[in-house]
Amino acid sequence: MAIISRGFSGRRTPADAKLPPGQYLTTDFPVLSAGPTPRISLDRWEFTIDDGSNVLKRWDWKSFRELPSETITTDLHCVTRWSKLGTSWEGVSLDVLLADLKTDLPYAMFRSYGDYTTNLPLKDVMNKQAWIAFKYAGADLAPEHGGPARLLVPHLYLWKSAKWVTGMTLMPHDKPGFWENLGYHIYGDPWHEQRYSNE
Amino acid sequence: MTWRAANVVAVHDETATARTLALAVRDWPGHVAGQHVDVRLTAPDGYSAVRSYSIASAPISDGHIEITVERLPNGEVSPYLTQEVMVGDELELRGPIGGWFVWRMDQTEPIQLVAGGSGIVPLMGMIRSRRSAGSSARFRLLYSVREPEKVFYRDELRTLSNQGDSVVITYAYTRVTPSDWPRPAGRIDAPLIAMGTWPLTLQPTSYVCGPTSFVEHATDLLIAAGHHRERIRTERFGATGERK
Repeated sequence: MAIISRGFSGRRTPADAKLPPGQYLTTDFPVLSAGPTPRISLDRWEFTIDDGSNVLKRWDWKSFRELPSETITTDLHCVTRWSKLGTSWEGVSLDVLLADLKTDLPYAMFRSYGDYTTNLPLKDVMNKQAWIAFKYAGADLAPEHGGPARLLVPHLYLWKSAKWVTGMTLMPHDKPGFWENLGYHIYGDPWHEQRYSNE
Repeated sequence: MTWRAANVVAVHDETATARTLALAVRDWPGHVAGQHVDVRLTAPDGYSAVRSYSIASAPISDGHIEITVERLPNGEVSPYLTQEVMVGDELELRGPIGGWFVWRMDQTEPIQLVAGGSGIVPLMGMIRSRRSAGSSARFRLLYSVREPEKVFYRDELRTLSNQGDSVVITYAYTRVTPSDWPRPAGRIDAPLIAMGTWPLTLQPTSYVCGPTSFVEHATDLLIAAGHHRERIRTERFGATGERK
């Protein structure tokens, strides 16, 4: 039973109805990062897929940008409780990157410049659910928002959408990435309010 | 993580727009300096709003914690916490939360704290933790603030900086300086980083907290000065000023 806060009525908007539990609407685009923003030059950027021992796929910036891309309009939900609706991105679907890859490994650890990692079930980044995004609102993705390219997995809390992404390692078992090791939920579904590891 | 009742036992205005709340928390498990809590307010019809606030107090286990809240224009929770709340009120709180932007008492390396505005709050938790632990780790604080009237914990910081074995503090004013101040008002820059932070040879760990634009600028300056990026930890506040 919650304690009633004397004199508190709150500020509610009609859009609140579209939000996952415990989220509030924002129109700006806040930034959450554990360390300094890495500056990555495009001529040394790469994205690789490996299975823990062998590199299975590799793209440099030029070959990555030659892949078919699509525009994505989606809502974002950050574990720090802000949500932003109708954001617009351009990126390459993970379906394209994984297209001719045969694997039985059901999990992936995404890796970023700056040593950030985050874990995801492979099924969560397939079937039009995840992209490597390089444009936001029609412009090149800014470094503080993850440029030159970031993972975009909008159906999970935004820490799963790793900024400055540079690869993914396929894994036989799930294991926690950076924030998942520091008390945040292993999966992170905003609609089930999976914020912390013990809920 | 369970919600706990938190009784407001004292309130103290830090500035015209920021207030410290001392809370007695039932069964508080203790915390590490730099961690934060979720605070929940609930309206009579059941509507609730939750925001996160950094803990300002040292991790002493008497069941009391302090948070300092900056009132945001158009905020939903911060106006209530800075204007409505009275001693004797009960709030709901859960935590502590966060395992990255923390200073642990067994850390012995020199520590460089860099605060922008209300980003001082978790860093003050670290300064107080150092003192309550009797740590001899060398601490240094570069505190960028809009004007002298916006400084949090003013008297306590002054007392600390006047003690021998303590925290070296450098203030940087971005809009208005004290009358006899040697440096004109403005953003922190490379000379100020050189003057107000530990030399590289000491291999400090840096904690940078403030609005996003401040953290981006300050960490760029630290890296340009040769600091290793893996020894810099950051916590950013969005344009809304809510903790991120």
